Amino acid sequence: MFGDWHQLWVIISTPDNIPIVAMLGLVPFFTWYAFHNMLANDRLIAQLEADPQLARTHHRTTYPYNSRWERELHTNPFLMRKELLAAIIITIILMVWALTLNAPLEEPANASVTMNPAKAPWYFLGLQEMLEYFDPWIAGVIVPTLIIVGLMAIPFIDANPLGNGYYTYHQRRHAVWTFLIGFEGLWLVLVCIGTFIRGPGFMWYWPTQTWDPDRVEFNVNRNLDQIFGINGNWLVHILPASLRPEAVIIARALFGIIPMVVYGIAAALFIHWICMRTEYSRTVYRKMSILQTVTMYIFLITMLFVPVTIFLRLVFRIKYIWETPWFSI
Amino acid sequence: MADQKDANGRKTGVLEDLKEKSREFGEIVKTKTQEQLEELKKPQETQLYRSIFRIKHDEDPRNRALSTLNNLFFHIHPAKVNRDATRYGYTWGLGGITFYLFIVLVFTGVMLMFYYHPTKVQAFRDILYLENDVPFGRLLRNMHRWAAHLMVMAVWLHMFRVFMSGSYKRPREFNWCVGVLLMVLTLLLSFTGYLLPDDQLGFWAVTVGTNMARATPLLGHQGPFGPQLGMTPYNDVRFALLGGSIVDANALLRAYIWHCIAIPLIASVFMGVHFWRVRKDGGISGPSPVMLEAETKA
Repeated sequence: MFGDWHQLWVIISTPDNIPIVAMLGLVPFFTWYAFHNMLANDRLIAQLEADPQLARTHHRTTYPYNSRWERELHTNPFLMRKELLAAIIITIILMVWALTLNAPLEEPANASVTMNPAKAPWYFLGLQEMLEYFDPWIAGVIVPTLIIVGLMAIPFIDANPLGNGYYTYHQRRHAVWTFLIGFEGLWLVLVCIGTFIRGPGFMWYWPTQTWDPDRVEFNVNRNLDQIFGINGNWLVHILPASLRPEAVIIARALFGIIPMVVYGIAAALFIHWICMRTEYSRTVYRKMSILQTVTMYIFLITMLFVPVTIFLRLVFRIKYIWETPWFSI
Repeated sequence: MADQKDANGRKTGVLEDLKEKSREFGEIVKTKTQEQLEELKKPQETQLYRSIFRIKHDEDPRNRALSTLNNLFFHIHPAKVNRDATRYGYTWGLGGITFYLFIVLVFTGVMLMFYYHPTKVQAFRDILYLENDVPFGRLLRNMHRWAAHLMVMAVWLHMFRVFMSGSYKRPREFNWCVGVLLMVLTLLLSFTGYLLPDDQLGFWAVTVGTNMARATPLLGHQGPFGPQLGMTPYNDVRFALLGGSIVDANALLRAYIWHCIAIPLIASVFMGVHFWRVRKDGGISGPSPVMLEAETKA
């Protein structure tokens, strides 16, 4: 049932969903603002590159410059009054928000009555959404760990000395795109799917589709090895007699290595192709140590694996790419 | 005792003496009062004021600088800042807003603690009491909740800004890492607070969240290689988080302690390091003069 605008309104107006609704406006705004600053600097950089004479002057920011002005201002009051103003504005926003919308309070906790849908707080819905595509140990433990470690690794991987302390797109294309894909394209999109799309049973409901607690889905998700019809028939002839009963399992586990390796190589080639596209990125790439390069490849290949898996699940209904008795991916 | 006479032949008795003295005393009080009322017009000259603020507030550069440097709360700032760095367009003010929201949360949180018992019997009733009977209790709870959400938003957007302006680059690599940990602590603070009202929303969110801990590799009883290492529902990492095998009274108490004491303390330490490193790494990162490709070392 589409066209149920009331359903959409119920989701949007749920008090705990307000932050993500606000983020729908704030994130595009700040993205635009960042690019606005970036492109202004990029125009200046292009101008300076074209005119070496100008590059020797103080004309190195997009802000107005006057040699008679002092380079530094007193913190009190020139910075502090802005901080005070920001604090007042935030207080007003918070007061208005707190006076108009009540914090949610459901029935008392009851282990025998399951909430449907049972959702995590909005900022963790990306991880909960990940549970749909990965086993819990990946979605709940490995992915968050990799996100945290990966974020902390950024300054040590990024060998590009340009763009330190000023906005620029032209000089940092790869870094900017990597972050946009990771933060907005994956994390925030998954949070939005978890907030707006997932309904009762954590099933997929398009916007304006009515939530139906009685809905039952019959999706047949198949493993990649099933699609390729891996049954271990030929493996039986090679294996020693004691392992023959497990031929199917072993064949699947062995087969699963193939798509993983193929994906890894393909993703690595794709990343390599991107890194080699411009003269400057080749220069930066050459400067990186082996450890930096390897770490960057591992994190980027892993990050790209998430949208690939989501695509395979949603479009081709593939459950596991690699199934073993101990873990499945 | 015979009355004495002065030069004009007037009697000068005890009474007259007293009158004279009280008149003089009145004069002194009057002039002193006038003087001291005059002084009150300049409160910053008073001993009391100077004992608190330590400096004169004269309009000169030295005192302007001292007003920042000699104040415990302001001295996280340098005395002077880069002219362009005070522009909103560079920092978007988000780090400061995040810190301000943390202060708001500590304040409202402490107020809420006066009314809250972390026990299965009382917790939910305390929320009802707060919402319906405590003066401004509902406003207090709403502010705490929405400030928490705002803080998560501000942290994410702050990270976005720092990335987009390349502020994590040398020499600020370490401070970026501290910032990432602070973001994680913010999320954990928010998440541990979710359970405290002891309602269905928090209960199931925490149930879903901690169920994932079951699947931790090596440390969870359903995770890869967990059972092989002897993990059961009664000794794995989820048990440690909840203080039991289900979300119950112990989980409520643990969430409360983490939320109100442990994580705020840890986060405060990291915040101290974060702000200190901002200064030690050379103040805020920009807006720096742009660099050209030709100027980089090959």
